[in-house]
Amino acid sequence: MIRLNNIHKSYVMGNNSLHVLKGIDLHIEQGDFVSIMGSSGSGKSTLLNILGMLDNYDNGTYHLSGNLISNMSEKKAAKYRNDLVGFVFQSFNLISFKNAMENVALPLYYKGVPRKKRNQIALEYLEKLGLKDWANHMPNEMSGGQKQRVAIARALISQPKIILADEPTGALDTTTSYEVMEILKDVNASGITVIIVTHEHDIAAMTRQIIRLKDGRIHEIIRNGELKQFQKDYMKELETA
Amino acid sequence: MFDIDKWQEILATIKKNKMRTFLTGFSVAWGIFMLMILLGSGNGLSNGVAANFMNDAVNAMWIWTGETTIPYEGMKSGRPIQFHNQDQEIVQKVSGVGASSGRYFMGNTRYSYLKESGEYTTITCQPELKEVENLILNEGRFINQIDILQNRKVVVIGADIKTALFKDSVALGEYVNVNMVPFKVVGICTEPGSTRNRNAYMPLSTAQMIFSGSNRLHNLALTIDASTLEESQAIEEKIRTALGKQHKFDPKDEGAIGLYNKLENYIQTMKIFQAIKIFIWIIGIGTLIAGIVGVSNIMLIVVKERTKEIGIRKAIGASPSSVIGLILLESIMITTIAGYIGLVLGTGLMEMINYFMMQSAGPVSDQSETIFLNPTVDINIAIYSTLLLIIAGAIAGYIPAKRAASIKPIVALRDE
Repeated sequence: MIRLNNIHKSYVMGNNSLHVLKGIDLHIEQGDFVSIMGSSGSGKSTLLNILGMLDNYDNGTYHLSGNLISNMSEKKAAKYRNDLVGFVFQSFNLISFKNAMENVALPLYYKGVPRKKRNQIALEYLEKLGLKDWANHMPNEMSGGQKQRVAIARALISQPKIILADEPTGALDTTTSYEVMEILKDVNASGITVIIVTHEHDIAAMTRQIIRLKDGRIHEIIRNGELKQFQKDYMKELETA
Repeated sequence: MFDIDKWQEILATIKKNKMRTFLTGFSVAWGIFMLMILLGSGNGLSNGVAANFMNDAVNAMWIWTGETTIPYEGMKSGRPIQFHNQDQEIVQKVSGVGASSGRYFMGNTRYSYLKESGEYTTITCQPELKEVENLILNEGRFINQIDILQNRKVVVIGADIKTALFKDSVALGEYVNVNMVPFKVVGICTEPGSTRNRNAYMPLSTAQMIFSGSNRLHNLALTIDASTLEESQAIEEKIRTALGKQHKFDPKDEGAIGLYNKLENYIQTMKIFQAIKIFIWIIGIGTLIAGIVGVSNIMLIVVKERTKEIGIRKAIGASPSSVIGLILLESIMITTIAGYIGLVLGTGLMEMINYFMMQSAGPVSDQSETIFLNPTVDINIAIYSTLLLIIAGAIAGYIPAKRAASIKPIVALRDE
């Protein structure tokens, strides 16, 4: 599904070059539920952006669904994004002058689905996420949790293979965060690969594989038995808190 | 290009961003509106002045006598010049002279009919004067050649004289006493561009015979065939030479005869208006440029403001061309509609001014001394200016839109 081979990425800022990713090798299967952790500056968001074709990489190879993603035109990248990937952002990134339904329907506009049909599909997705009554509300009339659910509905509507979520719970309180994570779990249960970037251990503990980044390299990958221990540790921490 | 869904998307964006739409539209509408008013006023002014010149034949010339100021062929200066009937014939023979008439003025002649009487100016003339002064005959006819040959006692009276002497009764065919001599009224006339029609016209030959004018003339009125200033001055020169030969004065002597060349004035005035028109165009183009800068500015801000939205759209699958199309079509649509509104308001206002002027002053032929006439703009100019603004707005939107559409979505998304 996703195959990264020795990915390098640096940002040039004036005379300084900041080497963010220093050779990432990663393999993620269809249907995985992965969280990427790491301290700030470890390159976790950069990695997610490269996975989502929002940014390009300098060296290495990236295969997505068997296609080599490398220096493609913006037009082609847009097509891949539209077909394969759904994004969920920390700051929701809803279009402020469109209501919930129109925001959700927008990816279908770029797929060429007629207006009536895409609005109807958008309503179905909003209903699935319990936001049917909010369909005609503008983003600024909704709570953070509601906005994030609208954003998830928007990410799902194009029936992508992967959902990429950059700190999806970063702007939400704990209860709402858990609600959003439950939704993402359900999404994953339907067969969609979900990759989230987070720095919260309890959020990461809800996923089935944790990739820890440190200084632009993969520090450790926690899964199976180790994951159980991780989950136990952080669930306990949660209960004592 | 014509994709209903695309337009619906654009319409939805416009509807949700009213202030932005209004500002873009306003700068376009205002630019076109001001241009229409400027050009319309310029046209109105120039049409008005041109119409005033039409009161007499544009190519009219009047010649009157004076005293010599330059000694010539042994004669001292200060010698008075007097025109006689043969001077009209001399002038008529000069090439380039069209119609010509000698005139003999009789100031304050008393006209009476039954109990009514009054003093009016009598102009004695030849039939050609009608052409030179563009006289309009309300009733009857003007002096003709037979009147001259047979020394008929006929008179053409101004409309005001008719009203004063005859009231509402028929004047044509009646006899009026002019200084106690009965004359038959053959016509009633008005002078264009004059509110006082208190002149009467009488055959030159008759008047010279009855009122002892012998063969003297006061002045000559004529038309000339010239289309340029140079041509008209050449004819003027020839007339001076011909008359100078007859009366023995230096053709360069400005005092011996006076000469008013209307065509010369007309051409000079039109040159001034040409200059005014150019000036108006410069201001008009300046207004257009201000409009273009306004639109460009707003488009720059709009694209900047929408950078994040562009990032979001790209993240969910918008191609760069669809992003550019969205911004450009929106800009073109706003500028087109706003330009049209400015066009309609501007031309509408000028047409309205025109309409009210017509209402208050009556039809063009009755107006005296208008300085403003038909202040309207050539519709092609209006349309081209609007198109220019639309294209400028599109270009101004295209450059930043292209840049915004080609940056990485992650950079656009980071924009706050």
